[in-house]
This record gives sequence, structure tokens and C-alpha cells, in this order.
Amino acid sequence: MSSNQIRVMVAKPGLDGHDRGARVLARCFRDAGFEVIYTGCHQTPEQIAAAAIQEDVDVVGLSCLSGAHRYLFPAVVEQLRERGGDDITVVGGGIIPDQDFQLLYDAGLKAVFVPGATLDGIVDWFKANVKPRE
Amino acid sequence: MEKVKKIQSGDVRTASRLIRNLEDGSSEARATMKHIFPLTGHSHVIGLTGSPGAGKSTLVDGLVESFRKKGKTVGVLAVDPTSPFTGGAILGDRIRMQRHAEDPGVFVRSLATRGALGGLSKAVGDAIHVMDVMGKDIVLVETVGTGQQEVDIMNHSHTVVVVLIPGMGDEIQAIKAGILEIADIFIINKAEREGSSKLRREIMAMLDMAPESAFQAGWRPPILKSENAFEPVSFSKSLDELSDTIDEHYKHLVKNGLLGSWAHRKTSMELNEAIRCSVLDPVLNSLVANGELDVMIEKLMKKETDPYTLAEDIAGRFLKTC
Repeated sequence: MSSNQIRVMVAKPGLDGHDRGARVLARCFRDAGFEVIYTGCHQTPEQIAAAAIQEDVDVVGLSCLSGAHRYLFPAVVEQLRERGGDDITVVGGGIIPDQDFQLLYDAGLKAVFVPGATLDGIVDWFKANVKPRE
Repeated sequence: MEKVKKIQSGDVRTASRLIRNLEDGSSEARATMKHIFPLTGHSHVIGLTGSPGAGKSTLVDGLVESFRKKGKTVGVLAVDPTSPFTGGAILGDRIRMQRHAEDPGVFVRSLATRGALGGLSKAVGDAIHVMDVMGKDIVLVETVGTGQQEVDIMNHSHTVVVVLIPGMGDEIQAIKAGILEIADIFIINKAEREGSSKLRREIMAMLDMAPESAFQAGWRPPILKSENAFEPVSFSKSLDELSDTIDEHYKHLVKNGLLGSWAHRKTSMELNEAIRCSVLDPVLNSLVANGELDVMIEKLMKKETDPYTLAEDIAGRFLKTC
């Protein structure tokens, strides 16, 4: 029987070992019926992009609590582009000040989730905006 | 076919997409496989199996390093379980292997079981073919954490490595019949823990009691050990030993002409699976689509009929000759 499963990668770029949030989200995506690839902490943008291509995911969710999102998130988008993965949706979350949102959207992120975002809200966004490819 | 050429040249994007479409059961992907199948037969396929937490992913990571040192290209298929309730899955084997993410000679792909019961995913056989045609010298297949009976891996791999750890209760009693019988190589991981030599003795005793015919052309499964993954130097030495033993086993298969009987078993299983896919799935799909299946289940629950009669009726309707 054919089915089109949504595949999500949850990744933590950079020097940030605080992955409770990322793990909770991974679990929450699983419960929403997605297949979730979790890469663990301390990943370079290159590693994340290479893994996303190998896993053929629909969306990469980046978590960063260290303050380096201004550099790391756009770098992941750039690395994906270089590897021919520009159709992969990239979203981010973490401790991100309001004034950085535009910079991240301009870099190609499709959504930014910050403290206060609900799990249901995030899942609903994924369901509405991420379509598994043909 | 353009797609097949790309895969032959090692294009990860195309290969990964094909694997995905195979997982999703797309008929176009199956059509592509018709062109892939004749090109297969290059890779040495190695299966790793063992209970959850035994260290399979860590050993796969170490094996990748060891085979890369020997100049071989490696594909990894890592299977993790799908939730029976939501259909979702967390595929976490990759965490242990991310240091190879940027190595173009390594391709790691995670697969969810999606309801398959044998410790693998339905798409795994096809995914092995895809990696084979990409030119990977080695394909490592990591099963889900297994219990006793998930032995499908033996039908897919030339060499089966069973990973054990000390201290699993009454040692190997619990897993004596199923999974222990399929090992070509045993490795006792976390061997620094208490009970490691006892475990080794028990496997030895088990092998001593096996009839000679259980050993393919005299291959008695060696029992290796690895310990303390946080000591990279000694750990990678034990992984080199494992990869050497795996190479030896493959040579043994070649030297004794055993690859043929292996291929026969694998091919017959593939045919079985393909028939199931082409014959059974369309029948089930149509019964689901027109709601008949639900009606049947209702009737069964009220004991108005029985599954055997229903199956015979369906066979009578769908099969022309039988």
C-alpha cells in the first residue's frame, strides 16, 4: 500500500548541548506520525546538510539556544543549497530575539519558533506547510 | 534510464529519493527497480543484530571507520521501529555515525520498520540493491533491537554479526533458539562489564553442542569482544579485528562456493515478496477502497462467518486459476 510519509530531521548545530527541547520535539513529531531523524548535538552545518540529503527529509528543524543562530541557521540553508537540497524546508527555534526574525526569514527559513510556542502549534504548522514529496 | 545512470555514478540525492519512494510503495519506484536489479551483486552485505542497547550503532560506526581505512566505500542502512499507534518513528541510529556525514565514501540511510515484524523494513532488500548499484563495496544493515525471532537479516546479508552484552539476566538462555543460530560472528560488546567471560563460555558451550552441519563448510562462528567505546584507540583496534573477521568470512563463502546457495535463498525470498506485493496488495487495496474489508470484519466479530470461508471466497473472485 502506498503512503507518503513526512520525514523530519531535528538537528542541533554548533556548540550547544542543551537538547531537551529538541528531544521533546522529536518525540512530539513521532506522535504526530512523522518519521524523525535526530542527529544529536554539536553538528556543523555541513554535517546537517549532508545528513538531510542522505535521509531525503522534507524538512530540517534546527534548534539553537546558544545565540549563534544568526550564523548557523543561514549556513545550513546555504549548505543545503550547495548540495542541491534547496527544496528542503528549513525552520528554526530556540532563544531568538525578535529583531533577528527578519534576518532568518531573509536567509530562507520558513518559520521561527521561540519560547511560548506550543507543541500543538508547531505540529499544526508542519502539517499545514510541509508536504511529503511525490 | 537517466535515474539509474545517476545512481550508478553514486548520486546520493537520486538514490535517497528512490529509497524513499520504495518505502512509500510507489509503482514508479518499482519500475525503476526493474533496471536496478540486473546490475546488482557487487556489495558484501553485512547484517548486525542484537538486543536494544547492545551497541549495534556504535559498532556500525566503528566498522565504517575500519572499512574506510581499507579504502572501501560503505553504505549503511539503519532500521528503527515505527510506532504501531501513530505510524511515527524516531530514527536515532545516526547519532552514533554523524562523524562520517561528510565523507563522500559513506552513505547512511535510516529506515523505519513501518509494521514489518522481522526486525527490518520491507524496503530494506531494495535499499540494499540501490546501495549496491551505487558501487558501495560494503553495505552494513543494522536491525532494530531484536528479541529472539527476528531473523530476516540472515536472508539479506552474506555475513551476520550478532552483538551480545554481558549481564542480560540468565545470559543467553533467553535468546538461545532464534537469533543465536544465525550468527556467522559473535561479538561481545561492553566486555569490560561483569559476566563477559561467563557469556563467552556459554556461547562456546552452545557451539560445542551444535552439529557439524550447522557450520557452513566448517565455519565455526568466532567469538570476538569489544570494550569501552570511550577508549578510542583500543576500541578501534577491536573493530579492526571485527572487520578482518568479516572479510575472512566472505572469503570463506567465496572459497567454498557458498555464495550460490546464499543467492538462491535470497532470490527466492525476493520473488516471494514481489509476488506478495503484486498479487496480495492490490486485492487488499481494493477491498479497503470499496469498504468490503470493514464489512467482513464486522461479520467476523458477530461470528456470522469465519476468516477461512472469507479468504476462500476472495480467492475465488480474484484468482482465475488456482
